[in-house]
Amino acid sequence: MNKVRKLLSGNEAIALGAYHAGAQVATAYPGTPSTEILEAIAEHKDIYAEWSTNEKVAMEVGLGASYAGVRTLVSMKHVGLNVAADPFMAAATTGVHGGLVVISADDPGIHSSQGEQDNRHFAKLARVPMLEPADSQEAYDFIQIAYELSEKYDTPVLFRITTRVAHSKSVVEIDESHSRPARSKRFQHDVEKYVMLPSNARTRVPNMHKRITELVEFAENTNMNRIIQGPDRLGIITGGVGYQYAREAFTDASFLKLGMIYPLPPKLLRSFTGKVKKSFVVEELDPFLEEGIKILGINVEGKQHIPRAGELNSLSVYNAAVKAGIEEETGRIVDAHAVKDLPGRPPLLCPGCPHSGAFFVLSTMGQRAKLLDAAGKSATESNLIITGDIGCYTLAAYPPLRAMDTTACMGASIGQAIGLEKAGVSGKVIAVIGDSTFMHSGITGVVDAVYNNAKITVLVLDNGTTAMTGHQDHPGTGVTAQGIVTKAVDIEKIVRGIGVNDVQVVNAFDVKAVRQAIKSALDHDELSVVIVRGDCAVKNKKRSNPRQVDTDKCNNCDVCLMIGCPAIQKKDGKLHIDINACMGDECGICSQICPKRAIVPVSGK
Amino acid sequence: MVGVGGQGIILASDILGDTALAMGLDVKKTDTLGMAQRGGSVTSHLRIAPVVYAPLISPHGADILLAFEKLEAARWVNYVRPGGLVIINNHAIPPLSISLGTQKYPADKLIIESFRQRTAKTLVVEGSKETERLGDVRALNIFMLGYLSRFFPIKISDDLWKKCISERLPARIHDLNLRAFARGKEVAASVAI
Repeated sequence: MNKVRKLLSGNEAIALGAYHAGAQVATAYPGTPSTEILEAIAEHKDIYAEWSTNEKVAMEVGLGASYAGVRTLVSMKHVGLNVAADPFMAAATTGVHGGLVVISADDPGIHSSQGEQDNRHFAKLARVPMLEPADSQEAYDFIQIAYELSEKYDTPVLFRITTRVAHSKSVVEIDESHSRPARSKRFQHDVEKYVMLPSNARTRVPNMHKRITELVEFAENTNMNRIIQGPDRLGIITGGVGYQYAREAFTDASFLKLGMIYPLPPKLLRSFTGKVKKSFVVEELDPFLEEGIKILGINVEGKQHIPRAGELNSLSVYNAAVKAGIEEETGRIVDAHAVKDLPGRPPLLCPGCPHSGAFFVLSTMGQRAKLLDAAGKSATESNLIITGDIGCYTLAAYPPLRAMDTTACMGASIGQAIGLEKAGVSGKVIAVIGDSTFMHSGITGVVDAVYNNAKITVLVLDNGTTAMTGHQDHPGTGVTAQGIVTKAVDIEKIVRGIGVNDVQVVNAFDVKAVRQAIKSALDHDELSVVIVRGDCAVKNKKRSNPRQVDTDKCNNCDVCLMIGCPAIQKKDGKLHIDINACMGDECGICSQICPKRAIVPVSGK
Repeated sequence: MVGVGGQGIILASDILGDTALAMGLDVKKTDTLGMAQRGGSVTSHLRIAPVVYAPLISPHGADILLAFEKLEAARWVNYVRPGGLVIINNHAIPPLSISLGTQKYPADKLIIESFRQRTAKTLVVEGSKETERLGDVRALNIFMLGYLSRFFPIKISDDLWKKCISERLPARIHDLNLRAFARGKEVAASVAI
């Protein structure tokens, strides 16, 4: 035994735990807050790890690997599981061979997502067990149990984390002498188990119910579900990060901490609640535990007091308990007053961002700037509707650009644009999508557009990386998750191959060329694709000759501020460029759009 | 620790977390970046104790607020516990809405007053000016740690600070950052609190 203490994020702990449990294949599509799991496990070069095209493919690759008998890790964010739901439900039906653990990283409070959803419901839907750690140590320990459960009960295991567990760093005790269990890699033919014809699937379903019944017995006895004995005046039932907040909010209570979220342990719940005077459930988002407990006929309170939306914290849990009459208002914690009406600091496209030029151009078209008010509303239809997608470029919806009218989910921009056009809007419709998102689920939209003769323009903003989640490679970059140089999938060839005739490729930092390309695409009444290509500034890291404002020439027209570049500021009524932030020659967009040519390189005045 | 993306806040909290871990304490640390790569609000919650449960600090629960930018400091007034320590770098980074003229940057007086109502221990330090004099404003985060070290309730030895700073930074900037740390500590030494 060689134990060491390390400060690890939940994501790092999951990766290490899975590696120590003998995982040999890991798949994922990047998505906050799950991304770092695959990044961490991919560093182990003795296993196979990939960025998959999307979460559905990640799940399918994971399922294939499991069928081959190896332990497999598939990770994604909450909405990723929506994309992967089809193969996930199939996996729940066929069962596994090698242990298959599926990480769902939920994002309560919507730090970096398009919505809030509680993926604990997926466990019930798919009739699979679900574990939920409350910190990095549990993440490391539970993932190893998850593999044993998966193989013993012939089921994928859902492993749910939330942003605060995924991204918080806490101390993990690791046994460094841990040796990975060896497993044979062998596909055992079993048509009735793996081929989901109706006749076969029908015979699998009873197994799914049977395993949940058996897992209830496991849940009664596992030490992942544990009681922290305190006074009998109050019993708190909780799981995940809710436990941590509850431990601080209630200093005088007993706790039943559930590490296995589904199925629930009825005997344990009855015995715990039977010994306390009042039972209270503390959980983030939906009343998932609460409803499961109430169905057992146990009287508990919870969500009528605890906020249902967003993240909890120790104070919000305590306040809820005061409101419920469970805790007395002691004055120990009181809410304080913040300074009112502070200016916000919304995230912006970075200095030198290759998307800035294209969105500046779009913001000047179709009378958008005239029609849209400060909140981005207009009852009058502009001559240009812009459907957006998931990525950094969604930030172009903020002022001053206001160059995005919709964002739903990965790949939706193209389908939505087709729908708007087919519904008969009077103006032009442009779909804007990034390179990684195009690979993820944009291609099928273009196929639909070609097949159904949609007269839209698709703008592919190709910055050569998956930028928003922290610069992961994707099929278009030609480098794998483990740094191996491979074939790069060519977006231009794809769209031409699908049958798009009007395809242009332009340099993202040449504003004039971008404007001409978009204008030409809109002028032709047919499907067109414009690929706007320029490296992500944060990934590129290059900079030279930062810009400055020539105050003799500048007439304060403020056009440069309309790019929304964080390096361009107005201080005491004068325009000023932060030379520490400016990317200079790598970008040059502001110099090109300045009507007075007043933005010049610092060195070359 | 609060400020603007690009100011090195996450790294500073990583280093402070490392020192506490090395001293055998329990540490939980959570960073809130939202969608910000550059230029957005950044917050790092760091909790150190014999046993830590919650990763998040609750409103009214922070012993110390270390603010790298004034407007970002103002956002977190209600997180400081009464009598807590507030350290504000006297530096403004105006968000775009200020440049566009649609909003106004809050006056220094309003920010400082809102803190003084909560705690007498509100310190303003010229961190950005000091590090500019040292030759690189990017050493601000380490300067702020040096300044904080004088008031930090857990006594961390200079050797441990040096070790933890050096382990997180490339060798070519060790000298600059260790000078920034020393300067921060020196500036703090003259503060009466």
